[in-house]
Amino acid sequence: MSTNENTNTATPAMNRSVGMPGHMKIIFVVLLAVLIALPFMVYPVFAMKVMCFALFACAFNLLLGFGGLLSFGHAAYFGMASYVCAHAAKVWGLTPELAILAGTVTAALLGLLIGSLAIRRQGIYFAMVTLAFAQMVYFFALQAEFTGGEDGIQTVPRNDLLGLFPMGDDIVFYFFVLFVTFGGILFIYRITHSPFGQVLKAIRENEPRAISLGYHVNRYKLTVFVLSATFAGLAGATKSQVFHLASLTDVHWSMSGEVVLMTLLGGMGTVLGPIVGAVIVVTMQNYLAYLGAWVTVIQGCIFVIGVLMFREGIIGVLSKIFKKPL
Amino acid sequence: MIKRIALSTAAVSALVAGPALATDITLGVLNDQSGIYADLSGQGSVVAAQMAVADFDAAGKGINVEIISADHQNKPDIASNIARQWYDQDGVDAILDVPTSSTALAVADVTAEFGKVFINSGAATSDLTRANCQPTTIHWTYDTAALANGTGKAVTESGGDTWFFLTADYAFGHALERDTTAVVEANGGEVLGSVAHPFPGTDFSSFLLQAQASGAKVIGLANAGADTVNSIKQAAEFGIVQGGQKLAGLLLFINNVHSLGAETAQGLQMTTAFYWDKNDDTRAFSERFKAEMGSPPSMVQAGVYAGTLHYLKAVEAVGSDDATAIVASMKEMKTDDPLFGEGYIRKDGRVIHDMYLMEVKSPEESTGEWDLLKEVATISGEDAFLPMEDGGCAFALAD
Repeated sequence: MSTNENTNTATPAMNRSVGMPGHMKIIFVVLLAVLIALPFMVYPVFAMKVMCFALFACAFNLLLGFGGLLSFGHAAYFGMASYVCAHAAKVWGLTPELAILAGTVTAALLGLLIGSLAIRRQGIYFAMVTLAFAQMVYFFALQAEFTGGEDGIQTVPRNDLLGLFPMGDDIVFYFFVLFVTFGGILFIYRITHSPFGQVLKAIRENEPRAISLGYHVNRYKLTVFVLSATFAGLAGATKSQVFHLASLTDVHWSMSGEVVLMTLLGGMGTVLGPIVGAVIVVTMQNYLAYLGAWVTVIQGCIFVIGVLMFREGIIGVLSKIFKKPL
Repeated sequence: MIKRIALSTAAVSALVAGPALATDITLGVLNDQSGIYADLSGQGSVVAAQMAVADFDAAGKGINVEIISADHQNKPDIASNIARQWYDQDGVDAILDVPTSSTALAVADVTAEFGKVFINSGAATSDLTRANCQPTTIHWTYDTAALANGTGKAVTESGGDTWFFLTADYAFGHALERDTTAVVEANGGEVLGSVAHPFPGTDFSSFLLQAQASGAKVIGLANAGADTVNSIKQAAEFGIVQGGQKLAGLLLFINNVHSLGAETAQGLQMTTAFYWDKNDDTRAFSERFKAEMGSPPSMVQAGVYAGTLHYLKAVEAVGSDDATAIVASMKEMKTDDPLFGEGYIRKDGRVIHDMYLMEVKSPEESTGEWDLLKEVATISGEDAFLPMEDGGCAFALAD
């Protein structure tokens, strides 16, 4: 919507060289360096939380920023994956990578199911259909036996990675989370800058024309929906291993709203925007927690200011200033 | 995130004057400071903990106490995050209060992991001392079993032998209904039926009409918070109590009754662990508390006071901040404080004290804004709480 400038400038560059443009390489290397140093500077659990939400927001951005589809039910994939991962680790005793995989696969299947119905509608109807399904998932989580209702799944163990490496220490686990989330974000970057990603942008900009060019639009839409749900699930599953718990917070609709906020604040349709948005929102929630309900009010004000003053989001504005897609 | 309140102004002088080495203790009050439980826990629990430190004269006894607090927003992930950070980085020795069962269970696990002390006052779930019990958990004020037992038994024995439940359709509601049903039937009562309402609910009219039509003498409200308040308000509109049926709130706090008002809530029966107007001690404490907070303490806040007091006694006896020794000492010593009287802490961490079945006064009986309840029966701790043998707490039953 508001990111045409970025993507239009990005497209020719992408077509010329298959790899990453030079400045993005530098940014990712610097980002990785910062993330490696991070657990020694801030509280590792907090850092892991930020990374999980960054991945969640990137997954959401894949759908909204590149697919042009506003889903209002991403908490469903995030939360259901966290439940399944927690259940797998606790009851079935699976190792972290398998438990997270189980959660991610669940989210993908759920995405396939909901997506195949939701993509038949556009705009507000699409958003409402996803919201309706997400509410169903929420009430399922509230009632189902294995989720523990409002108590959630507590005391989720972190088993040894691959059955070999103990993951109890937060710093050690941090690097596993770093691997998962950073890998996920790179993968999303790769998707958006692939021919598939280019077709998505074409569909977003002008769907009838994409159809007239012979693209099976619905197939592309469904694929990006499932991919987005899958990465949201990866983020949710990882989060349940970080916190040793899966709870209703993760499937509640406010979680769907939060990820919209993160993405719009950081910059929809940009690569780094959702990451920046996630850092800002999670940091605010964490360090302003003593303000209680005011956090929500502050979030709302920031959202309004963001929409009124810089609709491209923080990274969108920066991207304009530097005249480079970020 | 954290408010620091330095309490020990006399700490330095105590260090100089006191014969023993000072013990530094940091207490973290973790509760809902902005949401639905802010009134019954919130800042009032922080004040209660501060009063306990002052009343104990911790500084004079060579214990430097610092109290910090945070808002967990009733979300277990936030609670577990804060608890970790407190234990890991801020040197917190014990966490107090923690209402909302899901957050309490999360904090209990984190506390056990770090080997600290968790004195819960706010949460209802009896799992804290049953399936999810931890050697480091002390559960002070009440639990679902005691509520079911208290209200279920006393009401049935006082003639309310036919019941109909209005149940919030989620795990907590069903657990409360199940536990209360068992108690009612064990005491010769009969459950005529139940209806589940969506959670959270706003319109209870059809459920209340079913309850009214059932002809049961007692309508048990197996829900909590806003659901309970709304169902009581709407029951008043249908004239259910005036029609001869009694309402029994299975989880209700004095603050709820206050916001409902005696007019609406009259005749309602409920179980509580503490009532401010119980005796001279509770009245004296409540006066001081009211001067700070503007309302008398809820049973949760009273539980924070009593729990902190008992914890400090144990710290004094042990003479260090060694959590294992402190918990052992807390369980060994009898509890005795102005608010809950005498009691003891079971091996599984359950604090045993008397509970009271209360009835909301009618507007004519009520003489003041907070003069809301009258005592119907006292339930001894042994009767109120589930016996440890039936609780299924593995470590407590092992030896």
